[in-house]
Amino acid sequence: MSPHSPSLSTLLENLKAGKLHDFHGGIHPPGRKTPANLSAISDAGIPEELILQVRQHIGQAAHITVKVGERVLKGQALTEPLSPMMVPVHAPTSGIISAIEDRPLCHPSGLSGLCIVLKSDGLDEWRARFPVADYTLLEPQVLISRIHQAGIAGLGGAAFPTNVKLAASQVNDDSAVHIETLIINGVECEPYISADDRLMREHAHEILQGIEILRHIVKPKLIILAVEDNKPEALAALKAAQQAMQAAAQSSAELAPELSPEQQAELLIIAVPTKYPSGGQKQLIEVLTGMQVPQKSLSSDVGILMQNVGTVFAIQQAIITDEPLIRRVVTLAGEAFAQPGNVWAPIGTPVRYLLKRHGLSAERDQRIIIGGPMMGFTLHSAAAPIVKGSNCILAPRAAELAPPGDEMACIRCSKCADACPVSLLPQQLYWYARNDEHEKLESHNLFDCIECGACAYVCPSSIPLVQYYRIAKADIRHTRQEAEQAERAKDRFEARQARLALEKEERQARQAKAAAERKARMAEQAAKTGEDPVAAALARVKARQQEDTPALTAEEMAAARTARKEEAKRNRALKAAQATEPDNIEADAGTPPASGKNPAVLAALARAKARKAAAESDPNADINADTRAAESATPAKNPAVAAAIAKAKAAQAAASKRDSIAPRSEKIDHKKEAIKAAVARAKARQQAELEAAMAAVKTDDSPAVVTNSQTRATEQPAASPSAHTKNTAPAAEGDAKKSAIQAAVARAKARKLAQAAETEPATKQASSATEVDTEVDAETAASSPAAAAVKEQPETASAADAKKAAIQAAVARAKARKLAQAAESEQDTQAPNSTPVADSTADSATGSETKSVSSEPAETLSPADAKKAAIQAAVARAKARKLAQAAADIQQASAKPEAQPEIRTEPETSAEPGPTDAATKKQAAIKAAVARAKARKAALAQTAETSHTPPSDKEEQS
Amino acid sequence: MALLISSSPYDRVPLDTPTLMRRVCYCLLPGIAAQWWFFGSGNLIQILLAVLTAYGAEALIFALRGRKLSQLKDNSALLTALLIGISLPPLAPWWLVVIGTGFAIIVAKHLYGGIGQNLFNPAMVAYVLLLVSFPLQMTSWLPPLELQLYPITFADSVSAIFTGFTLDGFSPHQLRELADGATLATPLDTLKTGFTQGHTANEILINPVFSGLAGLGWQWVNLAYLAGGLLMLRLRLTSWTIPTSILLSLFICSLIGFLVAPDGTASPSMHLLSGATMLGAFFIATDPVTAATTFKGRLVYGALIGLLIYLIRTLGGYPDAIAFAVLLANMTVPMIDALTKPKTYGAAR
Repeated sequence: MSPHSPSLSTLLENLKAGKLHDFHGGIHPPGRKTPANLSAISDAGIPEELILQVRQHIGQAAHITVKVGERVLKGQALTEPLSPMMVPVHAPTSGIISAIEDRPLCHPSGLSGLCIVLKSDGLDEWRARFPVADYTLLEPQVLISRIHQAGIAGLGGAAFPTNVKLAASQVNDDSAVHIETLIINGVECEPYISADDRLMREHAHEILQGIEILRHIVKPKLIILAVEDNKPEALAALKAAQQAMQAAAQSSAELAPELSPEQQAELLIIAVPTKYPSGGQKQLIEVLTGMQVPQKSLSSDVGILMQNVGTVFAIQQAIITDEPLIRRVVTLAGEAFAQPGNVWAPIGTPVRYLLKRHGLSAERDQRIIIGGPMMGFTLHSAAAPIVKGSNCILAPRAAELAPPGDEMACIRCSKCADACPVSLLPQQLYWYARNDEHEKLESHNLFDCIECGACAYVCPSSIPLVQYYRIAKADIRHTRQEAEQAERAKDRFEARQARLALEKEERQARQAKAAAERKARMAEQAAKTGEDPVAAALARVKARQQEDTPALTAEEMAAARTARKEEAKRNRALKAAQATEPDNIEADAGTPPASGKNPAVLAALARAKARKAAAESDPNADINADTRAAESATPAKNPAVAAAIAKAKAAQAAASKRDSIAPRSEKIDHKKEAIKAAVARAKARQQAELEAAMAAVKTDDSPAVVTNSQTRATEQPAASPSAHTKNTAPAAEGDAKKSAIQAAVARAKARKLAQAAETEPATKQASSATEVDTEVDAETAASSPAAAAVKEQPETASAADAKKAAIQAAVARAKARKLAQAAESEQDTQAPNSTPVADSTADSATGSETKSVSSEPAETLSPADAKKAAIQAAVARAKARKLAQAAADIQQASAKPEAQPEIRTEPETSAEPGPTDAATKKQAAIKAAVARAKARKAALAQTAETSHTPPSDKEEQS
Repeated sequence: MALLISSSPYDRVPLDTPTLMRRVCYCLLPGIAAQWWFFGSGNLIQILLAVLTAYGAEALIFALRGRKLSQLKDNSALLTALLIGISLPPLAPWWLVVIGTGFAIIVAKHLYGGIGQNLFNPAMVAYVLLLVSFPLQMTSWLPPLELQLYPITFADSVSAIFTGFTLDGFSPHQLRELADGATLATPLDTLKTGFTQGHTANEILINPVFSGLAGLGWQWVNLAYLAGGLLMLRLRLTSWTIPTSILLSLFICSLIGFLVAPDGTASPSMHLLSGATMLGAFFIATDPVTAATTFKGRLVYGALIGLLIYLIRTLGGYPDAIAFAVLLANMTVPMIDALTKPKTYGAAR
C-alpha cells in the first residue's frame, strides 16, 4: 500500500465500525429509480437481427473469424483476440451472419463502424459448453484467459478489458504494489439506472460466487462490496446470500485448510451514503478508504482493484456456466416508456427493438439517452445496438428532464466548484476553455475532470460545462499530437542539417586540399616559366570585358530589368501553353530549346528579325533570317513568322535609329534587345495617347468599319492617318514604319473597342457588323485558330465576349483596310510619323501582344485557353507579316475581305506562302488586326494592371 | 423518429440565475420593511426610482450592444437597484439615486462587459461615487421616526425627494433637527464625531440615537437583514462562508479593540448591528460576480472585509465602511482566488 494510505487493519476497523469518508462536492439529484426497479428483470427475447459491434470496449477490435453466410451457434466467438487489449465478441444466439458492414454505432458521435450482423434462426442453439466444476483447481492465469475469451469488459460503462485489469493484479516478483483490497462496485449512483440493483437483488448468489472467483484470482486481503444505501433490497439480498454461503461453507468439510474463514480475506458488504458520483471509482475509493488515488495513477497503484457487480456476474457466468458475455441487464427508464423496467438484452440488440418492445411513445424531439441522465449520451439513431457497456436506455419526456435552457452568462457563483467531486474549479476551467487557454486548463487539472456533470447540474446559468471541457480536452490532445509531430519533424530536420553541415565541411576540406595542391603546382609552374598565371588570367578577363560591353546607362539598365521581368512572366505564363507554331529561332534568340513552342519565342524571333530589318538595305541579312526561320518546319514565308518578323523589323529599325546602336552583327547582346523592346513599348503607349489626342480630326475614310454607335472605334482610323501625315519624318524603311503605325493604330482601336464593348454590351453591335465580320467571328470561322479563340471566350467568360470580339474584329479589319490605303498613299509621298515613336509601337505590338496573350493563362484560364491565345497571337503576327508584304509589294487597297477560309487555314497548316493575290493579303492584314485586337481585349478584360491602356483609354474618351 | 442530440448532463437543478436573483431580492424584504418602519417611506421611493433607472439604463445598454431585451429578466439589475435604493438616505434628492444607479449599471456593470464580468460590486461603486461626490446629501440620514420633530408622511417624502422640501416646507436638513436644535446623525456618525471630539464612549452613548444594543432603529434594521440573510442561507442561495467570515472577523476585531480601549472604541454589538453591517455581510459582499470563488478564498475575502470595515470605521474618515471595504476586497479577489486554489483530487500537496 502506498505510504499515505491507512493500514489495512485500521481500514477494516473503520469499515466495520461503519466509519466512512466523504469526498468533496457531489450532488443529490432525484434518484428516479422507480418505476424501472420495481419489476424483476424480464427477458427481452431475441430480435431477428443482432448487430454486434466488432469493438465494444476500450482497446482494439479483435479479428473477425466468421464470413458472411456462415452459420454460428450461440456463444460462438465471432472475433479472435490477438492481444489482451482485444476483446472478442460472441454470437448471442444461433443464426446466419448476414453481413459484416458499417452500421450506426452505439456512440455519442453517431458514426458508423464495423459490425457483424447476425440473422437469428430462432433455434437459440448453444455451442458445446465446458463449465468449470471447480475453479479453485485452475490457475489464475487460466481463469484470466477464460475471462478474456469470454469477451468480458467492464460492464459499469467504461468497458475496459477485465482480463487486463485482472492480469495487472497478478503478483510479479518485482511488483511494488500488490492488490490488497478488492472493491466490488454496486453503488450505481446515477439516477434512473437500476440494472445493477436488480441484478444484485436477483442474482446475489452468482455475484458472490463471482467474487469468490475473483478472490481466487486476485488473492486480496480485503474485499468490500459497496452498495449505495438507496438500494436496501439489494443490500439485504446480498447479505442473505452471504450468510447462506457461509453456512454452506461451514457445514461443508470440503474447505481446504488454507481457505479457512479465519485466514480468508473478509468480504464486507458496505452501504455507502447516496450521493452522486459516489459510484465513480476514485470517489468510491475515497469514501471507503479515505485515501485518494494519486493523480495520473491507477487504483492498482494504491493496492486496490475495483470491479463492477455486473462484471462480477459475467465472470461467474463465464467460468461456472461457460457462458460468454452475450447478454446484459439494461434498464429501460423514462416516462416515454409505457413499460419501464430491466431486461436481459442480448448484446447487439438494436435499441429500436427494445424501444418498441417496451412501448416507447416518442414525443417531438425525443431524446434517447444511453446511460444515465448525468453521464449518458444521446443516441443519433435507434438502429444502434446494445453494447457491453450499455446499462440503460433513458427516454425522458421533456417535462421530466427539461432540455437545457439558453446558456446565460456565468455569474461566478461557484456552485460548480462546490459540487465538483474532484475539487476542480469548473468556473475557471470554463473561462479558460472559452479562451482556449490550454496551459491554464492543464495547470487547473482539466484532465482530472471525470465529466460526471455535477458542475453543469448545479449551474444556474445553464452552461454546458462538461461539453466545454470535452471540447477543450479534445483540443489539447490534438495540439499535443501536433506538437509531437512537429517535434519529430524538427528532429529530422536538425539531423539533416547536421548531416549537410558535415558533408559541407568534408567537401570544403577536400576543396581546400585540392586548392592547396593546385597552388603548389602553379607556384611550381611559375617558378618554371617565370610568369604569374593569375595576373595573366585577370588580364585576359579584363580584355574580354572591354571588348564586348558597351556601357549601359542607368535608364537602360532599368529598362532591361523590366524587360527581363516581363519576359520571365511571359515565359512562366506560357509554359503550359503549347504554341502550334513550330519553333524557328531557338538558337537565334538564345531561348532554351525546351520552350521552343512558346509564343514568347516568337517575340524573340521577331526581335531577331528586326535586327536584320535594321540593315534592310542588306538583302543578305534578310535572306539569312528567313533561311534560319525556314530551318524548322515553317517555311520562311509562313505568315506567322513573317508577321513577327515584320513587326520586329519595324521596331528594330526605329530603335536602332534612336539608340544609334546598330546591332547588325548576328550575336547581338540579348540584354540590349530587351532594353530596346521595353523602351519601344513605352513609346508605343505614348504614341497611343498621342493619337488619341489628335483624334479630333474625323475624316471617316474607313468604309468597312462597323457603322454603329461605336464612334470611338471609327474615330481611330481617321485619326491615325492624320497623325501619320503630321508626323512625317524622313525614314529609310517605309514599309516597316508603316506596318508599325498600322499596328499601333490597330491596338489603340482595339483598346477603345474593348472598352466600348464592355461599357455598352449592346446587341446591335453584332448586328451592325458586316457580313464578313459575323462570319469570321461568330459562326463559320471555326477553322481559323483566331476565330476559335474567340469562340473559346464565351465558354470561359460571358456570351457578351463573343460579341465584343466580333466588333473588335470588324474594327480591326476596317483599320487594316485603311492601313493598306495609307500604305498606298505613303508610297508616293513619304513615310509618315515621327519615326522613333511610331515605329517603336510596332515592337510594342509584339511585346504587348505576347504579353496580353500570356496574361490570359496566368490569370484564370486553363492551359487550353492559353494555347488558343498563343495561336491567336501567332496568327496575328502572321497576318501582320502579310500586311507588311501587302504594303510593300502591292499597292492595292480595294480588295475585299472575302477569301477568308483560305487564309484561316494558313497559320495552322503552316502552309506554303505561295503566290498570294492582293485580296488575300488584304485579308491577312485584317486578320492580323483582328487577332491583335482580341489579344489586347483579353488582356484588358483580365488584367487591368498589366495592360497600361485604361488610363489612356479614359483620356481618349474624355 | 427524429432524435434530439444534446450533451450530458440532462438533469439540472431548477434554480436558474433569474430565480436565484429574485429570491435574493425576496430575502431583502424584511430589512426593507424594517427601514420603512423606522425611517419612513423615503427608501421605498428611492428603491422605486433606482429600479426604474436600472431597467432603463440596462435596456439602453442592451439596445446599444445589440442584445436581446429578454436578458433584462435575469433580475440582476433589480438586485443592484434594490441595494442602491436601500443604501441612500431616505430623502436624498431624486437625481442622486438616478445618477448612482445609472452609473452602477452603465459604467460599473456594462462597461466591464455586463453580468458576470464586472470586477466591482456595481451598487457599491455607485454608493462610493455618490458619497465622494455629494457628501452632504449622502450623509443626511433621518433620525428614526420616533425622534423626528416633524413627522413626515409619504407625500412629504415624495415632495422632499423631488423638490428638496416637504409639503410643509422643511428641508431634509431641518428634519434632522431634534427638539433641542441639535442635528441628529446616525449612531455610527455620532460615535465617530464624539470620538474625534475626545468624548468617551459612555459620554457619547447618552445620545438619544443610541438605545438598546446598537442604535435606535438601526439595530432592528440590521436584525431584519440578518433574518433575511439567514433565510438566504437556508434557501442555499449563497454560501455561508462569506457572511460568517465577515461577521466573525468584524466581531473579533471590534472585540479586541473594545477590550484594549473600551472607552475609545465602539462595542462589538455596535459594530455588528449598526450601519450596514448585516446588509453588507449577507447581501453586498456575497455578490457572486465580485466575490472570491474558492472555499478558502471566500473565507479570506470575508475576513478581509470584516477587517477593513473595522479599520475604516475606527481609523478612517467615514463613519461607515461597507462600500469601501467591499470594493477594496473586490480588488484582491483575483489574487485570493489564485492563492487559494483547492487541491485537486489525488494531487500531491
